[in-house]
Amino acid sequence: MMGLQRFLAVLAARNREFIRDRSSWAWNVIFPVLLVIGLSVVFSGEDQTRFRVGVLSADTPHALSEQRYTAFVSVENEAEGISKVERHQLDALIDGTNNRYWVNETSPNGYVLDQLLIRSDYQREPVSGAAVRYIDWVLPGILGVNMMFASLFGVGYVIVRYRKSGVLRRLKATPLGAFEFLAAQVVSRLWLILAVATGVFLATHWYLDFTVRGSYALLFLVLLLGALSLISLGLLLASRTPSEELAGGLLNLCTWPMMLLSGAWFTLDAAPRWVQLAAEALPLTQVISAARAIMIDGAGFTDIAPRLGALLLITLVCLLLGARLFRWENQAN
Amino acid sequence: MNPPLLEAVNLTRRYDELVAVDGISFKIQPGQCVGLLGPNGAGKTTTVEMLEGLVPPTSGEVRFRGERLTTQLNEAAGIMFQSTALQDYMTVREALKMFSRFYQQPVSFDTLVDQCGLEAFLDQDTRKVSGGQRQRLLLAIALVNNPAVLFLDEPTTGLDPDARQRFWHLIASIQAEGKTIVLTTHYMEEARVLCDELLFMHKGQILAQGSPDALLSERFEDATLTLPTPVMQPAQAELQARFPNARLTASDSHTSVTTSDVNKTLALLVEHGTDLTELVIAKPTLDDLFMSLSAEGDAA
Repeated sequence: MMGLQRFLAVLAARNREFIRDRSSWAWNVIFPVLLVIGLSVVFSGEDQTRFRVGVLSADTPHALSEQRYTAFVSVENEAEGISKVERHQLDALIDGTNNRYWVNETSPNGYVLDQLLIRSDYQREPVSGAAVRYIDWVLPGILGVNMMFASLFGVGYVIVRYRKSGVLRRLKATPLGAFEFLAAQVVSRLWLILAVATGVFLATHWYLDFTVRGSYALLFLVLLLGALSLISLGLLLASRTPSEELAGGLLNLCTWPMMLLSGAWFTLDAAPRWVQLAAEALPLTQVISAARAIMIDGAGFTDIAPRLGALLLITLVCLLLGARLFRWENQAN
Repeated sequence: MNPPLLEAVNLTRRYDELVAVDGISFKIQPGQCVGLLGPNGAGKTTTVEMLEGLVPPTSGEVRFRGERLTTQLNEAAGIMFQSTALQDYMTVREALKMFSRFYQQPVSFDTLVDQCGLEAFLDQDTRKVSGGQRQRLLLAIALVNNPAVLFLDEPTTGLDPDARQRFWHLIASIQAEGKTIVLTTHYMEEARVLCDELLFMHKGQILAQGSPDALLSERFEDATLTLPTPVMQPAQAELQARFPNARLTASDSHTSVTTSDVNKTLALLVEHGTDLTELVIAKPTLDDLFMSLSAEGDAA
């Protein structure tokens, strides 16, 4: 009972600290909204200058392999490739082994490629489907990146600041336990991220009317587990870090690879295989991929279960390690 | 006989090669105000942190009410650190209430506000209160659990003389209620006003221990007579001849004679027709004791 009371006391203090800090509001709420709107304006045009062709095997028809401005993207399986053609994420899909190709009859780029391929000995497989706008595709990335910064800096950086300034030392001299303190930090940041992400999602949904094919509840679960995993990573990074300078370096070391490799802004389909595998180890990749699968492809729980499991595993490992390594103050020796 | 409230037994703390505290032993009785004095790096803060249970001793032990202290004195201690930060964007009222919620039986909010005089700035941001107000808030936080022992680590450092005097009054009122206090300070006057018992530390060891009066009378029998140098000059040679044990300290402006026999020294000056209008006679203070003990410690 006392533990809960102490936890609630620290939770309230942290919440107040955030709510009264206007600069945090600007960074956490206004920035992502502006980013979504800005990107929707910048990428509203359809002036693609090159073709994206998915390939199921190394063989491509001569009619295409000689073309300039064409990017060939390796596709894992036929169903995934067809789905991307349907959403205009690929302009065509080619199966060199079975001499077949798929084009979207409603896609202008697909039409051009179809004119080249129809004279080959490849069998034509027409599909149809509306294009996924860039804003629909990029929105999970924006929310995910914002969540990453809010989690890592909002928890990791704050704890290091508390430690350096002596706030933690003062708290240590009370009956407040490390678990109670850390739990309060996690919950305080979690509700904030959930509230902000939900608010930004609803506001931009109203403004941009983007696509959500899957379940909103499942999307919320991804958000919840994603936020938890990133907050836990922030706790782990802050568990012993003595100064804001070092914390800043460590946080940048984590955030930049996730910014670039998690598929937030552009797809890694054309990247080397090892880069794609490395990206899978990042929690933000799991969050964004799962969110996109729900929003764009209408994926269900079983489809994204492995990604949810990965997020849960990252959360548990980071929380346990972070709690074990946590120190209230910098030790002299 | 009841055991002391706190007892240090052969307490040692090392940081690699550095011996911060070197096998010290002392007792603190209930209701006492004990002052830890000493130059920077003497080991005062480390000693206090071991008493609080925040830093484990390398060897030796701390006993609280006769029992070996194994964890920190959470519920029983009130601690006012030398430098403490509070969370940002928090008012004085909110800070006090938050700390109250950490304890099983906190002192009532109104009692603390009244005792520490917080009423006038309760709704101010803790970062925007004055130095004196901030120290009163930190003292209130240290008292929030009605502690058996109150640790004050240099509580008036950085305060102006008026704020310091007010703070001393506050501490004295808490002491009058019978609270046990462990005070670390660089201000000798603070120690003289507030403490029943003093521990002089130097290089991790205790050089002297006792009440302020006892320590002064043990170490100093003398008084110092000071006059402007031109006034003292004519009598100086005879003073040295008649009182070979007296110590003369001269500067361009003033000359001081430290002697065990003030009456005879004064008589000699009168014999010489010395003008005593600007005569100052001073007994040694804790500052003198501090300087003397520090010099001894450095020489050892």
